[in-house]
Amino acid sequence: MTSTSEMTYRDALNMALREEMSRDPSVVVWGEDVALYEGAFKVTRGLLAEFGEERIKDTPISENTIVGVAVGAAMGGLRPVAELMTVNFALLAMDQIVNHMAKIRSMFGGQTFLPMVVRMPGGGGSQLAAQHSQSLESYFMHCPGLHIAYPSTPADAKGLLKSAIRDNNPVIFLEHELLYNSTGEVPNDPEFLVPFGQANVIRSGTDVTIVAYARMTILALQAAADLEKEGISCEIVDLRTFSPLDTETIIESARKTGRAVVVEECWRTAGLGGDIAHRIHEACFDTLLAPVKRVAGLDVPMPYSRKIEKICIPRAETIADAVREVVSRKY
Amino acid sequence: METRLRATLPDHELLRLYEQMVMSREFEESCAEQYTKGHITGFLHLYSGQEAVAVGATAGLHVDDYILSAYREHAQAIVRGADPRRVMAELFGKATGICKGKGGSMHLFDPNLNFMGGYAIVGGQLPIAVGLAFSAKYRREDRLAACFFGDGAVNQGTFHESLNWARLWELPVLFICENNFYGIGTEVHRSSALASIHKRTCGYDIPSEKVDGMDVIAVYRAVKHAAERVRETSLPYFIEATTYRFRGHSMADPAKYRSAAEHEVWKARDPIPALAKRLIEEEITDAGHLEGILGNCRTVVQEAVKFAEESPWPEDEEVYNDIYV
Repeated sequence: MTSTSEMTYRDALNMALREEMSRDPSVVVWGEDVALYEGAFKVTRGLLAEFGEERIKDTPISENTIVGVAVGAAMGGLRPVAELMTVNFALLAMDQIVNHMAKIRSMFGGQTFLPMVVRMPGGGGSQLAAQHSQSLESYFMHCPGLHIAYPSTPADAKGLLKSAIRDNNPVIFLEHELLYNSTGEVPNDPEFLVPFGQANVIRSGTDVTIVAYARMTILALQAAADLEKEGISCEIVDLRTFSPLDTETIIESARKTGRAVVVEECWRTAGLGGDIAHRIHEACFDTLLAPVKRVAGLDVPMPYSRKIEKICIPRAETIADAVREVVSRKY
Repeated sequence: METRLRATLPDHELLRLYEQMVMSREFEESCAEQYTKGHITGFLHLYSGQEAVAVGATAGLHVDDYILSAYREHAQAIVRGADPRRVMAELFGKATGICKGKGGSMHLFDPNLNFMGGYAIVGGQLPIAVGLAFSAKYRREDRLAACFFGDGAVNQGTFHESLNWARLWELPVLFICENNFYGIGTEVHRSSALASIHKRTCGYDIPSEKVDGMDVIAVYRAVKHAAERVRETSLPYFIEATTYRFRGHSMADPAKYRSAAEHEVWKARDPIPALAKRLIEEEITDAGHLEGILGNCRTVVQEAVKFAEESPWPEDEEVYNDIYV
């Protein structure tokens, strides 16, 4: 029996950083306010005291260069873990992420590789308005050359971040701001890794498959608990990573249940849920009992007021409604 | 003030600089011909006229030092030691190319030569050079990162971010701005409020100087001195080398925004005949020997073209390789 400790998503990420920095001296961490201030969300708490200023470094507010310096350092043999204070600021770094980090190995004919991670908290729901509430996972998923993870639980936060740091590919590591305080059992084993490309069937069921990730998985679990009372059995596939995407597990589940709802926090139009729904339609057309339904963020810049912000982001109720609609469809 | 050549370098080194400039020119002129024939496609930015910068600078660096450049980088790669045959094959898009035909003219790369790439987003290589310098310092390696870029790059955010960062973290970066006075068709004074580029570094507390980029010896001396200083202090340094491209921005550009008179002034300062004249005047060599060097370079370039022509195309399956480890 592996020992576990109950801890927050935040502390699980901190544990992963700490363990990997202890394990491998080539792991270095930098970002805005990550050292002395210990991170805007305190994910890097205690690292400066433990590892010193050579390995955990504050940077100027220069997002594109935060990523670019990591690209160079990775090429030079280090394993940098760069933090962008929030995913919203990744838009300032898209040149280094898309034009450099994602392409360098390929355009240089495979002669180098980039063992680097760019961490970025994101997601909406904290009344931070249009510029600080975005979910940009589809932007990254559209670009080949990146690995992308987005954990939903503290255990996955630890295991996926450790895998990301050990990955020889460049990794975009998304963290949800509203999950930092969520708690769960986390393995204490410093070799506990969650592999990329393996979705997690976090709840088994028979009537419908809900495909979700990060905070959407937590909401789907809440919806599933309510639906169970109505006699609807939900299976939930937590994606864990967008790249590699575990299409196989999604398809397998959708074949089994015959119905699927895809939940994404990002904007609906050209969102990743459309791609996943299409994969299900293409592979399961003959066995589906209803068209795949999507639950997504509204196609609007996020408003500040909590009353109207709430309706812009998927909720357990909207997921449950979508499931009811898919299940009620008779052929 | 012109120093006598022999006061700077031994004869064989001087002749090597000459040969490298001739090789660069011959390679580029051959590229133009192959582009016209349709063998080279896509963008093609030629270096003719700027040879003294790549050749002088590379000679002033150690072989362990990293070199990064922009998209006008054939000469920088070849002078660093890249096989002209594999560079030409890359431009032809062949499987034998230095990047297997995936990079093309703008993305040459050879980590064995510490040539860390040609980058085609203006200013994109600057943060990467800073990162390489950080890794070198962190790993206690005795090497610096020399980062070439053009006058067009100095108004990108990455320019300012990278200079600030390199100074703040005290990193061994040698910034080398090749000021050929035009970002495509926009002259420096039309894009930069302070057209004297090296003066901009005062905002980042980085020492800088301007050097005549048409004089290979001047560039060599400046870079050698600067590199020693960077190595000793582990602090960045900045060189602006003023130069001129004899052709348009790319093969698609007839360069009508420049006057014939201006072109003639710079053409008269062509770094290759300028060095030839000095080599002969100072009796280091004679015209016959220099003709021989030109002949040898032409043979190498012809062989490179033949190699590229005869090389196979990449297999279709190759598109999925080398994206992930």
